[in-house]
Amino acid sequence: MNVLVDGARVQARPGQTVAGLLLSRGQVSWRSTRRGGRPRGVFCGIGVCFDCLVVVNGIADVRACQRVLEDGDEVRTQRGAELPS
Amino acid sequence: MTVVVVGAGPAGMAAARAAARAGVRVVLVDAAARPGGQYHRQNSLSAEGEFGLPDGVEHWPDSSVWAVEPIDGGHRVHVRTGRADGPGRRGRCVDTPALVLATGAYDRALPFPGWTLPGVYTAGAAQALAKGQGVAVGERVLVAGTGPFLLPVAESLLDAGAGVLGVLEAGRPFSRWLRDPRGTLTGRGKLAELARYARVLAANGVPYRTRTTVIAAHGADRVEEVTTARLDPDWNVLAGTEQRVRADAVCAGFGFSPQLELAVAARCKLRDGFVLVDAAQATSVPGVFAAGEITGIGGAQLSAAEGEVAGTAAAMRLGVRPPMPHRALRAVRHGRRFAAALARAHPLRPGWRGRLTDDTLVCRCEEVDHRELREAVGRREASGARSLKLVSRAGLGPCQGRICGPNIADLVAGIDPTAFARRPVAVPVRLAELSEAPAPQEETE
Ligand SMILES: Cc1cc2nc3c(=O)[nH]c(=O)nc-3n(C[C@H](O)[C@@H](O)[C@H](O)COP(=O)(O)OP(=O)(O)OC[C@H]3O[C@@H](n4cnc5c(N)ncnc54)[C@H](O)[C@@H]3O)c2cc1C
Ligand code: FES
Repeated sequence: MNVLVDGARVQARPGQTVAGLLLSRGQVSWRSTRRGGRPRGVFCGIGVCFDCLVVVNGIADVRACQRVLEDGDEVRTQRGAELPS
Repeated sequence: MTVVVVGAGPAGMAAARAAARAGVRVVLVDAAARPGGQYHRQNSLSAEGEFGLPDGVEHWPDSSVWAVEPIDGGHRVHVRTGRADGPGRRGRCVDTPALVLATGAYDRALPFPGWTLPGVYTAGAAQALAKGQGVAVGERVLVAGTGPFLLPVAESLLDAGAGVLGVLEAGRPFSRWLRDPRGTLTGRGKLAELARYARVLAANGVPYRTRTTVIAAHGADRVEEVTTARLDPDWNVLAGTEQRVRADAVCAGFGFSPQLELAVAARCKLRDGFVLVDAAQATSVPGVFAAGEITGIGGAQLSAAEGEVAGTAAAMRLGVRPPMPHRALRAVRHGRRFAAALARAHPLRPGWRGRLTDDTLVCRCEEVDHRELREAVGRREASGARSLKLVSRAGLGPCQGRICGPNIADLVAGIDPTAFARRPVAVPVRLAELSEAPAPQEETE
């Protein structure tokens, strides 16, 4: 399975979450906060804290720890507040 | 007619099985792709699923319940099915005269300077990533907090290949375990379980320290160093015991908070922060049952026993007469005593508040720091959680106060921690999805 992470082609495994993939590649943050512009990644790991938000296929505010990847998904860093959908 | 069970953890699976055994149709809804919940979290990278469910149970995976609405003779459960937070999820409703809520709990996370740095995780996150995704969150990891849960977390980290620098328990639990008057904590194989963890830690050279915790994490854009310190019985730092340690991850867990929003939306009465249930796991609302850690924190076995009782009672509401689940009822009684003793052995002590600096964030989502929270407390007129939220913005972000709510209730007198669980929408729904709800195109089953 192949996905794009910030434009780079990356191999992913079926069942892998966005967070699982990014962390296994050594990336610990993929979002900046709205107010302070501070980096964030996984905190709770189970979908309750919303720290791990990421853009998937152009849709912002997707929880990376909950989203299971599909072939061809495009994952991109989320900066501050992005337009909701 | 159908029994609907929300949550496929130990409690929900047991409820679904018991109701199916009693001969009624069951819909089991869970946000995850595979049943299991937290305790039985399956490795989602492996091809085979581990848990079979009986024929009478229809499992709806990848399905989030975002609202529960009272209707004539029961409740309407609103579900969205599809990849998490995606726009193309399918909307469905299912009506039921007997709803079982088994939505579980999540880690209580206490703030400390640096706790928002990437590399600081809840203990449960480390566990979920290790078990579910085969990911070790770091090479030099400190596990800190309170409660027996820290031990399986350390074990999973080791299994996943992490280097664990130590397990830091803020309390001094084992003297309390051994002093526990009725021996509830030491009975039933619990000491053997603890001895097993002690062997695993020792075999891997992982020190276990009591009255010690992480008081700060440091780093520019991620955790690079951590300060640990010894604590007095109230969890105040013993001056001069601070140590700076090189580390790339901290996994902190200070017990669990129940996932209450659906129970609150259904207007179930709460007591001491948990859903109040009777001996049949019935809540204060007719036709709504609750099982597992939303009724109290007591571990997977108690959750499963409660689930079996709740599933049986829910089936009875549909008119069947299954045999009484005597063994499960007994297990619930024992389990509750154990849970109460456990809670007494692992109290949160007030000293954690002393570690907050002015600029330590209290609300991670809205980035409200401790100074801003204090100022808001001074400025607000009414004393309730609602006005405090509006004045400070704490609890208004996307997690809707799940993380900060219990802490703010400890920091500010007169705030009810469960006030933060009043969330009209239990899980995020896209704006486009909301505008179509309650849509006629939603299928009602
Ligand atoms: C992250 C984490 C990891 C844990 N790991 C362990 C462990 O390894 N060992 C251990 O002894 N204890 C562990 N625990 C403690 C745990 O709480 C267990 O005691 C046990 O899993 C509780 O069972 P339960 O059935 O009450 O809830 P859970 O197992 O928490 O199951 C609740 C289920 O409800 C689902 N759910 C919640 N809300 C909704 C909704 N709105 N719509 C759809 N589905 C919903 C969730 O997806 C989840 O699958 C862990 C806790 C956490 C938070
Ligand atoms: S890490 Fe908390 S929601 Fe994903």
